[in-house]
Amino acid sequence: MRQDAPDPGLYDFRPWRNRHPIRWPDGKSVAVWVSPNIEFYELDPPANPHRKAWSRPHPDIVGYGHRDYGNRVGHFRLADIMARHGFPGSVSLSVAMCQHHPEIVAHANALGWEFFSHGIYNTRYSYGMDEAQERAIIEDAIRTIEAATGQRIKGWLAPALTHTPRTLDLIAEYGLTYTCDLYHDDQPAPVHVRNGRLISLPYSLEVNDHYGFFVYNMGPRDYAETLIRQFERLAEEGQTSGTVMCIPLHAYLIGQPHRIGAFASVLRHIAADGRAWITRSGDIAEHFLAQDYAAVAAEAARYRAGSRP
Amino acid sequence: MTLDPGYLDYPHRRHGMDHDAYAWRNLFAAAPVTWPGGQRVAVTLFVSLEWFPIIPNDTPFRAPGHMQTTYPDYRNYTAREYGTRVGFYRLLDAFARAGVRATIATNGAIAERYPSVIRDIISAGHEIVAHATDMNAVIAGDIPEAEERAIIAASLAALTEVSGRRPRGWHSVARSQSWTTPKLLRAAGLDYMTDWVNDELPYTFHTEAGPIVSLPINHELSDRQILVTQHHTIDSYVQQIEDAHAWLDAEAERFGGRMLPLHLTPYIMGLPYRMAAFERLLARLVATPGTWFATTAEVVDAASI
Repeated sequence: MRQDAPDPGLYDFRPWRNRHPIRWPDGKSVAVWVSPNIEFYELDPPANPHRKAWSRPHPDIVGYGHRDYGNRVGHFRLADIMARHGFPGSVSLSVAMCQHHPEIVAHANALGWEFFSHGIYNTRYSYGMDEAQERAIIEDAIRTIEAATGQRIKGWLAPALTHTPRTLDLIAEYGLTYTCDLYHDDQPAPVHVRNGRLISLPYSLEVNDHYGFFVYNMGPRDYAETLIRQFERLAEEGQTSGTVMCIPLHAYLIGQPHRIGAFASVLRHIAADGRAWITRSGDIAEHFLAQDYAAVAAEAARYRAGSRP
Repeated sequence: MTLDPGYLDYPHRRHGMDHDAYAWRNLFAAAPVTWPGGQRVAVTLFVSLEWFPIIPNDTPFRAPGHMQTTYPDYRNYTAREYGTRVGFYRLLDAFARAGVRATIATNGAIAERYPSVIRDIISAGHEIVAHATDMNAVIAGDIPEAEERAIIAASLAALTEVSGRRPRGWHSVARSQSWTTPKLLRAAGLDYMTDWVNDELPYTFHTEAGPIVSLPINHELSDRQILVTQHHTIDSYVQQIEDAHAWLDAEAERFGGRMLPLHLTPYIMGLPYRMAAFERLLARLVATPGTWFATTAEVVDAASI
């Protein structure tokens, strides 16, 4: 990004019309990926000068216990209904889960889920890191996840969504191909980086279960209905040029007994619809890079200030 | 910019938890529990019965439900008292009509100020869990151990004296614990605590004073969370509880007994416009086969931890 500039220069402007037609496999109109955030929050993390980990004095046992519920109860409940309806996961992983709960990582890996990095812990923020520190967590993530799962990570979602101005350049330099941290589009798009190729893969905060339940205060059935409407619209618009719908989840929220049944009905709906390419984040990124990246990147020239139609 | 090099040290990065208080487990791989009579879902009615001094304590923080305006906060002081005088009696009557027993987590101050309330609880056969002294008694962080011991002892003494029996369980104000709370609770002879929300069935906590059972009372299913924090209607609350019950009931077929805790607050649930819907919910749960209304102590005992 352009540091200290009013426009960080992350990507090119392209309006939501007259776009290069993205064609997903088998004529599907919307690529649907489900992203369980499998996280570890520490009971007593060191202080980061830019962000507090817990709202209460340590030990904040309610905040901590709520997250821990995801790893004891919610994950297995969620994974079970995803498997039942044919949805693989694309895991935003707190890398230290490979040490703390390898049982969960192995369980997800055996289900054919993809892993990408969500930092080492969700209580260690990138704010304030120097370049060497940031390289250290990227290298840790690549090395640790590969050792635990055999998968070379392709994507990044910043720990607790904390970035530095150099994060995107660095992950591209390490060969990662997608970031989940940019929310400007319903299709993948090239991201400007110093070296290499990086794309933004639509994740979502708006239909993230955390936003649904604690920003918009939805009830479980309202959240389910929201996801179905999101799907219906993106599936329809994707007939022209393929769209992406991500369902970002936290097992400690969606895996609660009053929520999981309503969510299961969403998966049933999408699976039965027929317009969804139900897949993983890395598969979408790979398809876009191979089929669409060059055309989409070229398209941006049309809209540059000073260009003539 | 740079961070202290220690920020990238991970001293507790190892197999299992980042502390020694309890072990990780997968609920679905745990030994199945069997409730009495082979029932599938234990429904635990868990009422917090509290007294808020009109002068709040902000150290370490003000408990949820506490005073909000400049002193004197008549509106919140009296609205909490409404819960104890009126709302709680609506709940007691509802429990009696449904023929179910509940668990009342109550401040020692209730016993000292309103001993007749405690007698009404005991005579109806409900269980009492010790809930500190009053709503200023927040335990957190590095509270001096003597101070914390004194809160636990005073709460147990007040409740034991009026109720005639010593509580077996503990519920902290705001569910907040210090680093030493489980040890001090165990040392005070308590069998279990209900502050943690990380599971759906009881499990063992290890302390320097010996083991203590953690009985999770799901805060996401509390009336405070659904009605006050998330601003849902009572009808939505009822739907959510029924959805939770149906899900747990189905799981019980495969994985053994399940537990559905209903955390209730007299000044929240006990309002006139909410009670009828709550009473209908209770009646439907009572009529559902496989449902066992149990106090927290009964759940702990039946789970055989």
